[in-house]
Amino acid sequence: MSLTRAQVEGIAHLARLQITEAQMPVYVDSLSRIIDFVEQLSAADTGDVEPMAHPLADQVQRLRPDEVTETDRHEKYQHNAPSVAAGLYLVPKVIE
Amino acid sequence: MSLHTLTVAELAAGLAAGRYSSLDLTLHFLGRIERLGPELNAFVTVTADRALEDARQADAARARGEAGPLTGVPIAHKDIFCTDGILTTCSSKMLSGFVAPYDATVVARWKAAGTVLLGKTNMDEFAMGSSNETSYYGPVRNPWDPARVPGGSSGGSAAAVAACLAPAASGTDTGGSIRQPAALTNLTGLKPTYGRVSRYGMIAFASSLDQAGMLARSAEDAALLLSAMAGFDPRDSTCVDVPVPGYTAELATPLKGLRVGVIREFFDKGLDPAVGRLVQDAIETLRANGAVVREVSLPALPLSVPTYYVVAPAECSSNLSRFDGVRFGHRCDSPRDLRDLYERSRGEGFGDEVKRRIMTGTYVLSAGYYDAYYLKAQKVRQLIAADFARAFAEVDVVVGPTSPTAAFGLGSKTSDPITMYLNDIYTIGANLAGLPAISIPCGFVQEGGKDLPVGMQLVGPHFSESRLLSASHQYQLLTDWHRRVPPGFE
Repeated sequence: MSLTRAQVEGIAHLARLQITEAQMPVYVDSLSRIIDFVEQLSAADTGDVEPMAHPLADQVQRLRPDEVTETDRHEKYQHNAPSVAAGLYLVPKVIE
Repeated sequence: MSLHTLTVAELAAGLAAGRYSSLDLTLHFLGRIERLGPELNAFVTVTADRALEDARQADAARARGEAGPLTGVPIAHKDIFCTDGILTTCSSKMLSGFVAPYDATVVARWKAAGTVLLGKTNMDEFAMGSSNETSYYGPVRNPWDPARVPGGSSGGSAAAVAACLAPAASGTDTGGSIRQPAALTNLTGLKPTYGRVSRYGMIAFASSLDQAGMLARSAEDAALLLSAMAGFDPRDSTCVDVPVPGYTAELATPLKGLRVGVIREFFDKGLDPAVGRLVQDAIETLRANGAVVREVSLPALPLSVPTYYVVAPAECSSNLSRFDGVRFGHRCDSPRDLRDLYERSRGEGFGDEVKRRIMTGTYVLSAGYYDAYYLKAQKVRQLIAADFARAFAEVDVVVGPTSPTAAFGLGSKTSDPITMYLNDIYTIGANLAGLPAISIPCGFVQEGGKDLPVGMQLVGPHFSESRLLSASHQYQLLTDWHRRVPPGFE
């Protein structure tokens, strides 16, 4: 196993994913296999190759004029929210 | 020939000639979806009322003399595209109650062209899979053999079109998700150049790779559908502002003089020899009809799968961080605190493969590992892109198989993620380099007493969709593989 259980628990925490006790060994195994598999990249001779920043070499990030283009549609968007009151998204208490 | 086996171009001609109305067509396809859809599990949502309304509007537009080439043609959308007021699930429990508040640009453009929306097709969850087995709504079956997968992630779109439940459907392709299912179900599937089609409203998986396209019955149909889909959209910052050529007009370009490079690395030991023979036969057909065929070598290409499985999970871990159980999507019951809300909502809302990819991505981007994995992969990606660029200095298109095997059995590759990932060994390179690529039917292998389709893939330089489509169309004028329909669905 290239990854330990403690490492996978750490990754799950960073990714904010609850992994059940029963599933944890399955993830340790499959993630280790994936990391072992991608490890073969280390043998590639990349010398002074620039890492790819964009699949189209000549593209630059397009900018737009700083103008308001969006209308307020929060009511429609909030139809999909699990919990809303007075136009606000509700979450458990954050500050005690 | 039955209505449902016709191409989009043929249906459009029939509509224009008044042989049937859009309402006739729509009722015909809705009837087939009702009868044959459930066993294939190709649709997540059938939008019958909306389809009938679209059809009436299309017929009215035609009566006013306002019909375009696609007016009244029924289509389906992969459930990754937002459709205003219609459930849009990405085949995930996370979005199982999500009603999109707007149309994706692809949806809006096909709608503006007068198409009729039959429904939303099943897919691998968040487009992560090569067999359509990761869907929260269950696997899709291949109409050529219901014990086999249709490929993925656009498996529902593939099964729906292959079984003649829809004339054509949209798809998305991050590592082969249009081309591989097209190959496994005897369809023509095009992944356009990165940036050719707007991704606004297309739920993001890996943003430097994702691109929208379609699964259709012919290259001619793909050209018609791409014409109505491509073009600049200011709402997608990666959408490129270059003119859209006349894809259908350019279909007539002959094969004569087409410089074809056969990718040596694709005819490797992982390729089923029977699949390889059919692809070689198809290349021979191109040669016999005037194409100039030579071998090309892309030595970095065998590294495309490991490169992809660093880059794609990295981008997925970032994109899917938006699913937090707060603004939309699944929320767990009675969260104790905010951390519990995030962890349980995401833990419950995402399936195994999605969680695996989020965690892989989190790991390769984490402090201390970023250089070794992510940066390294982006360098290898540059080598792969450079290989293609070198080849395109000498040939117009490169060709090879789309998938190493024909359709495989349901459940046969689900135990080991790497086995599944290697299905995409021939398709991923085009995504990594942002290139357009197409899969077209080139014959059948026999397995277990069933005929299983095989696809040939053509990859071209950036924005060479016209060349890919015309070469494919010319091949389809010489062959009839693409007109075969699975037994029981004629």
